Amino acid sequence: MALRKPPLYDVYATDATFTGFGGWDMPVEFESIRAEHEAVRDSVGIFDVSHMGEIVVSGPDATLLMQRLTSNDVEALSPGESQYSAITDESGVIVDDTIVYRLPEAEDRYLFVPNAGHDEAAYRRWVDHRDEWDLDSEVRNETDAWAMVAVQGPDAAEAVDHATDADVAPLSWGDVIRADVAGVGSLVSRTGYTGEDGFEIICPTDEVEPVWSDFAADCTPCGLGSRDTLRTEMGFLLSGQDFDPDSEPRTPYEAGIGWTVALDTDFVGRDALATVAEEGVEETFVGLLLRERGIARHGHEIVDDGDVVGHVTSGTMSPTLGEPIALGYVPTSLSEPGTELSVVVRGQEKRAEIVTTPFIEDN
Amino acid sequence: MFEVPTDRKYQESHEYATTDGETATVGITDFAQDELGDVVFVELPAVGDEISQGEEFGVVESIKAVSDLYAPVSGTVTAVNEDLFDRPELVNEEPYGDGWMLEVEVGDDAEFDELLSADDYREQTE
Repeated sequence: MALRKPPLYDVYATDATFTGFGGWDMPVEFESIRAEHEAVRDSVGIFDVSHMGEIVVSGPDATLLMQRLTSNDVEALSPGESQYSAITDESGVIVDDTIVYRLPEAEDRYLFVPNAGHDEAAYRRWVDHRDEWDLDSEVRNETDAWAMVAVQGPDAAEAVDHATDADVAPLSWGDVIRADVAGVGSLVSRTGYTGEDGFEIICPTDEVEPVWSDFAADCTPCGLGSRDTLRTEMGFLLSGQDFDPDSEPRTPYEAGIGWTVALDTDFVGRDALATVAEEGVEETFVGLLLRERGIARHGHEIVDDGDVVGHVTSGTMSPTLGEPIALGYVPTSLSEPGTELSVVVRGQEKRAEIVTTPFIEDN
Repeated sequence: MFEVPTDRKYQESHEYATTDGETATVGITDFAQDELGDVVFVELPAVGDEISQGEEFGVVESIKAVSDLYAPVSGTVTAVNEDLFDRPELVNEEPYGDGWMLEVEVGDDAEFDELLSADDYREQTE
């Protein structure tokens, strides 16, 4: 199957190297992953994240449908707010993680953003359950209609302020407004996945070019490579890698996002998760700092006294720390910060220590 | 345009070797370091180890990729660039200079002759 091309592909085709990700041909690196990473931590970078899905849910039963298919409490959202949430199956296993926006203009209109390549499955999940439960709601997969640009870093507010007619300073994390950005009618939310202050701009696919160009003048264009090192330093999950219904089936409690589970709401997976919450988890998602030279990577074994006790799901060299970091699952009994384990890198055990995440100071 | 100095020879897998007839200096090319991106880790053999032409002798890792290194020549390792353990970015900055990896005592000129010339290697990367 041919890779889907993001709408800005031709704009930066000669400036970036590309990689297949979630069925999309995405820029992985412009100048240098390290330089892009540092730009986001120190000033401001822009990412084309148009590979993310956009599903719009509206109608009288929209709130009920969203509540029943996501783990967080959708009713806690006022129009113009968003929340991080998990989509779980009957057994409580995470199918995907997502941001749910309650759109600013109406009580009963939502947009949620599944991960790259998950938009069609999410759309079907919503439509099938709506029909099964006989709810009055319209569900549309608008992934191809919308582009998404993330502006991230300590100087992001200034950059977005310059580009828009609206006042973005008063927005709290998760707030979403409608505003013109570089003259293009957009949704602007104070969200992101880098651990820095930042905004995500959702605008029509055929109008994204002026939005990107406006920011590209003052912000460092960044690819998926730095997006990955930035989120790994924060201990944020990558769908399909740190959890996956097939290759890495995990509940939100195991994956460290138990805070997205509102057990007092009724959603698919709720009963299974109530049991997990009561009994506790056997394995826990942790951060590991390697104490020897070597880079832990996805799939590497984690050992305790020679016994394999877990595995790495994400690992890289932290550009901020200059030290190798990893995320993975270990038995809960070995998950306390300070616990000394090893990661097996090409047959050699490298000493590692469990540390709290984020790995870096949280801004 | 990538640098391909004519004072050395090349292997298809993007390693280079220079030789004075007795000692060969081995590293990876400008093209290779650019493809890899920011190099963050290098694993090399120890002094005294034997390496064989065409066989793996180490690993270079960038943030985004892990790549095996293949020996362009056979021989005994006489020096290892230990600066790369603390400053792997030297591979990006000066692949043909301070970013060198090994010195190898070589016995077989025929092996060196089999390697690609600068022109042939450049052709391969274009």
